[in-house]
Amino acid sequence: MGELTSVSDVAEGLAAQDYLTDEGLATAVFLTMRLQRPLFLEGDAGVGKTALAQALAAWTGAPLVRLQCYEGIDAAQALYEWDHPRQLLHLRAVSSATEADLYDPRFLIRRPLLQALDPVDLPGGATPVLLIDEIDRADDEFEAFLLELLSDWAVTIPEVGRVSAAVPPPTILTSNRTRDVHDALKRRCLYHWIDQPSLEREVAIVRVRAPEVPEALARQVAAAVASLRGLRLYKVPGVAETIDWGRALAALGRTSLDEASVTATLGWVVKYREDQHRVVDHGISQLVQEALRHV
Amino acid sequence: MCDPGSSEGLSAEVVGLLGFVEVVRGLGVGVSADSALTFVQAVGEIGVEEGSGVYWAGRATLVRRVEDVPAYDRAFLGFFGDLPVLDLPHVARPVELLLDVGGDDGADGDDDAAVAGDTRPVRWSDREVLRHRDFADCTPEELDEAHRLIADLRVHAALRRSRRRRPARPGSRGRPDLRRTLRSATRTGGEVLRPAVTRPGERPRRLVLLVDVSGSMAPYSRALARIAHAAVAARRHGQVEVFAVGTRVTRITRELSTHDPDEALTRASGAVDDWSGGTRLGHGLRNFNDRWGTAGIGRGAVVVILSDGWDRGDPTVLGEEMARLHRVAHRIVWVNPLKALPGYAPLAQGMAAALPHVDDFLEGHSVASLQDLAKVVGT
Repeated sequence: MGELTSVSDVAEGLAAQDYLTDEGLATAVFLTMRLQRPLFLEGDAGVGKTALAQALAAWTGAPLVRLQCYEGIDAAQALYEWDHPRQLLHLRAVSSATEADLYDPRFLIRRPLLQALDPVDLPGGATPVLLIDEIDRADDEFEAFLLELLSDWAVTIPEVGRVSAAVPPPTILTSNRTRDVHDALKRRCLYHWIDQPSLEREVAIVRVRAPEVPEALARQVAAAVASLRGLRLYKVPGVAETIDWGRALAALGRTSLDEASVTATLGWVVKYREDQHRVVDHGISQLVQEALRHV
Repeated sequence: MCDPGSSEGLSAEVVGLLGFVEVVRGLGVGVSADSALTFVQAVGEIGVEEGSGVYWAGRATLVRRVEDVPAYDRAFLGFFGDLPVLDLPHVARPVELLLDVGGDDGADGDDDAAVAGDTRPVRWSDREVLRHRDFADCTPEELDEAHRLIADLRVHAALRRSRRRRPARPGSRGRPDLRRTLRSATRTGGEVLRPAVTRPGERPRRLVLLVDVSGSMAPYSRALARIAHAAVAARRHGQVEVFAVGTRVTRITRELSTHDPDEALTRASGAVDDWSGGTRLGHGLRNFNDRWGTAGIGRGAVVVILSDGWDRGDPTVLGEEMARLHRVAHRIVWVNPLKALPGYAPLAQGMAAALPHVDDFLEGHSVASLQDLAKVVGT
């Protein structure tokens, strides 16, 4: 990757990794890299929040460090932990071991955030892309801890000392909005809401992510998913479902939507029993006809 | 660019951009000075030649919630006279998510018929309203006393096992705690005398309060909002979330987080547009389930619904949504102030449809009954 000079560099770079952006998302990523601010991404499940971090890492040639958040996550799982069994073994084996020996960096288990700050054990020691996934699942306390980390890009390990990042890693936080994340954390970050793509973009996305899906089928599948999104389903299908559905139909050797194959593969795109009933009530043949009209 | 207080030494572009920030602020989007500065830097990176570049720079740096996008768009349109992104689908959508306007007007005739058919057993007569309007119509002294009692309620949900483990007495059963074992072993030359152990910790479950703010609940809404405030103010650990359900669903947890209850209620009323409006409980609950409930907030939570079960919408919707919520929630408690009426039977269609999915059905018309609620929620 050369010097980043414009928003279109980002769009082209990510497109080369099969990730298609719109102008808004490309601008947000460009600013994240230029201003060295974390990017806070929100949007419905399956619109490509996590995939963006993967594409960004692939494009910049950096390793991806991913921290999946969950309720009760704490510094031991996110930052570092001492390898107590090995410390105990060492203590038994070397009776003259001092405390300094015990808290040697080789007994330090480096968790994602520490790896991102100090990438010594990553391939080539390169600054990674840091993905903090589903931050809304973590507790308030963890958010406060992250706030500190994301503003200073440094942490203090009492037994070792201060560890700070030479270069702040490009950072992406994602949230599914199961709860509001504190403003203080959001203020550190740039913000972007990823929307469901337009029909044209969705067709293009299916074509690059699943090249085995013929153009006409991709178009019909995207159109059918667009009408499904209008049906007030419990779980609105995302782009990920569109791609999966296209792949499934292509694997069955279909080149065009028909009622029988939609019925057989509906579970790839509609994943609640109640939603499937709703689609059947709406009429699968109608769904197919609407989709065929788009070609 | 360093001192936002004076415009001396700033280029015309920067002054213009800061003027735009002022317009955004004026439309109710909270923008910190830091964000404004980041915005100016961002435009510097992108350049001002293209209108859409400035638009997206502002979107990324000034907006923090998707709900603020329409206000931002209005500000942009007003300030620059042109919105470069009119074809985007999201511009109107966040509002649609909040509103439940679909078919509201068209269905009104049906709804009225349903009201006429069902009115007598549960509608308020004036006398009943007076008799039960204790929270609203108490003398000021009684009201203070009632509010004090409500504020004293310790509302927290039942405990569940947490992932985090706690130290346990040495020798008791549990998982080994190597960290503490190591620490004590350093004192005895690496010899482990008593292995330290941990036991699972406990945390309160998430407590979710859904407060019906429709017209038929008006006598109770504010008292019930007070108990919601008591729950939010008393949270130490464990999460409490409060939603106002009327014709739409509004999250009011943040507004209720202020310590002064009166100020908290004022803020919450400001956030809820349809205070004392109509009731479309089933649709409200569906919006809640879609946006928050089944996505995470309702999962494993104790859900308390404060409502009279009076639904002008289709009762099967309410039944369906209750079933859906019941499948993810730990426990559903329904507080219905009407239950205290002598001879009350859940005849309102909505209430009847919801009851099979309710674990506890309580009254909520007085301080004493709210004390019962605090007890039930905690077990």
